[in-house]
Amino acid sequence: MSASSPRTPVPVEDARIAPKPGLRRFHQARWDEPLIFELTSPGERGVGVPVTDLPVPALPAGLARAEAPRLPEMSQPHVLRHYMRLSQETLGVDLNVDVGQGTCTMKYSPKVNDSFVRDPRIASLHPLQDEGTVQGVLEILYRLEGLLKEISGMDRVSLQPASGSSAIYANVSMIRAYHASRGEGELRDEIITTQFSHPTNAAAPKTAGYRVITLMPDADGYPDIEALRAAVGPRTAALLITNPEDTGIFNPRIEEFVRLVHEVGGLCCYDQANANGILGITRARDAGFDLCHFNLHKTFSTPHMCGGPAAGASAVTSALEPFLPRPTIEFDGSRYYVDDDRPESIGKIRPFYGVVSNLVRAYAWIMALGAQGLRDVAETSVLNNNYLISKVLEIKGVSLPYARGRRRVEQARYSWEKLNADTGIHSEQIGYRVADFGTHYWTSHHPYLVPEPMTLEPTESYSQADLDEYARILAEVAREAYEEPETVRTAPHNGPIHSMRDASLEDPGTWAVTWRAYRRKLA
Amino acid sequence: MGGYLAGLSAEARVSFTVGLVVNPVAGVGGRVGLKGSDGAEVQERAFALGAVPQAAERASVALAELRARRPDVSVLTVAGAMGEAAARAAGIVPEVVFAAADPTSAADTIAAARSLAPQVDLLLFAGGDGTARDVLEAVGDALPVLGIPTGVKMHSAVFAVNPRAAGEVAADYSRLRDAEVVDRVDGSPRLFGHLRVPDVPARVQQRKTGSSGVTPDAVSGIAAELGSLVAPGELLILGPGTTTRAVAAVWGADVPVLGVNVLQDTKLLAADVTADQLLKLVAETPAHIALTPIGGQGFLLGRGNQQLSPEVLRAVGLERLHVVATEAKVVALGGRPLLVDTGDDALDRAFPRYVRVGTGWRRTILYPLNHSPSHPLNHPNHPLNERQS
Ligand SMILES: Cc1ncc(COP(=O)(O)O)c(C=O)c1O
Repeated sequence: MSASSPRTPVPVEDARIAPKPGLRRFHQARWDEPLIFELTSPGERGVGVPVTDLPVPALPAGLARAEAPRLPEMSQPHVLRHYMRLSQETLGVDLNVDVGQGTCTMKYSPKVNDSFVRDPRIASLHPLQDEGTVQGVLEILYRLEGLLKEISGMDRVSLQPASGSSAIYANVSMIRAYHASRGEGELRDEIITTQFSHPTNAAAPKTAGYRVITLMPDADGYPDIEALRAAVGPRTAALLITNPEDTGIFNPRIEEFVRLVHEVGGLCCYDQANANGILGITRARDAGFDLCHFNLHKTFSTPHMCGGPAAGASAVTSALEPFLPRPTIEFDGSRYYVDDDRPESIGKIRPFYGVVSNLVRAYAWIMALGAQGLRDVAETSVLNNNYLISKVLEIKGVSLPYARGRRRVEQARYSWEKLNADTGIHSEQIGYRVADFGTHYWTSHHPYLVPEPMTLEPTESYSQADLDEYARILAEVAREAYEEPETVRTAPHNGPIHSMRDASLEDPGTWAVTWRAYRRKLA
Repeated sequence: MGGYLAGLSAEARVSFTVGLVVNPVAGVGGRVGLKGSDGAEVQERAFALGAVPQAAERASVALAELRARRPDVSVLTVAGAMGEAAARAAGIVPEVVFAAADPTSAADTIAAARSLAPQVDLLLFAGGDGTARDVLEAVGDALPVLGIPTGVKMHSAVFAVNPRAAGEVAADYSRLRDAEVVDRVDGSPRLFGHLRVPDVPARVQQRKTGSSGVTPDAVSGIAAELGSLVAPGELLILGPGTTTRAVAAVWGADVPVLGVNVLQDTKLLAADVTADQLLKLVAETPAHIALTPIGGQGFLLGRGNQQLSPEVLRAVGLERLHVVATEAKVVALGGRPLLVDTGDDALDRAFPRYVRVGTGWRRTILYPLNHSPSHPLNHPNHPLNERQS
């Protein structure tokens, strides 16, 4: 055949199709999309409502608006196109190897769970419907409480809180009600927490009016038990502690912590938002705790906030049961009902039953896995984490401070201190560059206790190949930091927007979360 | 830079010779509220205000500790007030190899250090940042050096955390590091160079770092908390620092950043006071003290606030001493403990092992305060120790 024949195979080196790279050549869409309010076109409509001859009753006078709302006027395809474009400018949970957002437990949420939530039998319910007409959803909530009682070892669970923080606030409120009921409400005005516990464990009690004492980690990164000894006393209302802490280190002296607080008459409240590594392995009750909470988003199917709405569960021993948020959901042997007659209750943490869509997903998730499945989740996430640790520690410039030689549970907080000393590149800059490869990255809560921190949490959802890909991305960015730091310093290059100045996020003067605020402040 | 004694434990050294240079007037400005003691004019003013030199006494504490740990130590020093007297006070018979003019000056420190350097294993000097600059000029990185802290502010990283620690460290160290010599010039800190100093993180201080910034909401929380602790009519003595200054500013009081200042009912009552003035004030009116640690170093007392003398502290009472700092500043200490060096050992030891640092309204961090070498910082696994290796 002649060289000009269209059938001549193309030599590999001439191929337009390059071999698959070890690293993804990612580039995110950039639509330069205006705000939806700027897309308004007077008279444009999503649905043409037919004119009718039938009599339309007038609105009651008190309900009629003086003028029409200033909503954007748009057709359905324009609305759809707008949101599709915005979605392409984000890095959603189903798009990326989402192991970089440590402490967020980013896992795959089975799509079948969404179908239950969208089912009209759930989606069309109204929270003010008569109990007799919502027996099905009450049964789900009642049974979910039963499952969480087993998972935590506690006696009662409220599903009302709207998030992890809301559950911690509910727990603090119950702690206050408990001490008040014993005539010690005024005396016990101090709550103890640790620096590596999630910041809500300090913020919620402060909001509730407590004095908050924070313990720093000891030399090995464990909560400092000597400091706890110095902190406890007759004014101690409770210890609020996350375990494993955000470092992924399990506190081996947790029972002693509980004992020291109980000895002075305080309560112990376990933040189990990071439960992914301990499901079916340890329980708050067995460690002696009086209260605990779960994030039903994160651990139990629904992705963490911004990936979806949240839901929290507050679990308590029977001593604290009278103070649970009201109403509780009860079963009398033949029907489910709502018990709102709870005189010692702290009241409502949120309207109605809770965030039902997330509660349904959590129930479906637990039921699909079963007891052994939950334990498999924990073991797989711990295995994944320790595999990723071994890969990451091969990279130049990174270290895993504290608790040397001890395994982490489900997440790990690393330090780029050496890379920073060698190259001047900061952890945040590494994060911006990691986004160029189509995935997330997180540093740590502020202020940074671990210098130049990075927190990774590979849940059970990721395969070995996924983890290898993430480690490859980090290795490449670290190489760039050493060999071509400008590339990292000026990142992101492949995203829809360039780096932001965090300071503007902390200045209320620049916030514009509504169209009105935007027009007032920025337009 | 070569090994010198680095890597050799104290026992392994055959004989151990220490050079000693004391700046006899170092620190005289402290209790009388001067911001340093360098220069004949400042020294004259200090003495006119009733200052009593303490350098020799503090140097002898260090030497006594060194001698207790290394009975075989030989000390080479300068005649009279520049070393000999301090050595004798510690029960050591030194070999005097240099004589200085009277009154002594910076030139004598430089000449003495130069003549001692080739003959000793370690040069101990007693002084502050000005003295450290003189030693740097004299010996550079030619031999290991350690400062016995006797100055006023001491921003440099070349000093032991207190005189006793200087003796401990001199007796036993195995590694050296480059430590910054910093001094204030026209009101702002300047780096002059590095001395080779024993690397014992728990016992040798860090350099002072710049202000980590005080955010308005943290400071207003701290101010509200402090305000709730002080009863009407009581005094609030504010130590130096940008944090305490910002707290005063919340109340509309403009206080100098370097001195010790006294407020009453949130108004400035007396600015930049001396130890004697404080003692008179607190004898008449119940008082509280609010201090902020020095950024990066962790010192609460004994660096730049000697006006808060042991007598003043005892008169007020340690339970009325409040420590305040932003969370960011506490975290920036990187696990290094808070430190006190009041000049009175018993008082230093009376401080609790953990101190509540007020970081905002109703928020405290319980933070360790170091007065023992058994502090976790000395643990080889401590991240600070790992980071240095
Ligand atoms: C340990 C821990 N506690 C509490 C929370 C707060 O949960 P939420 O973000 O739902 O308020 C989180 C957040 O993920 C967390 O990681």
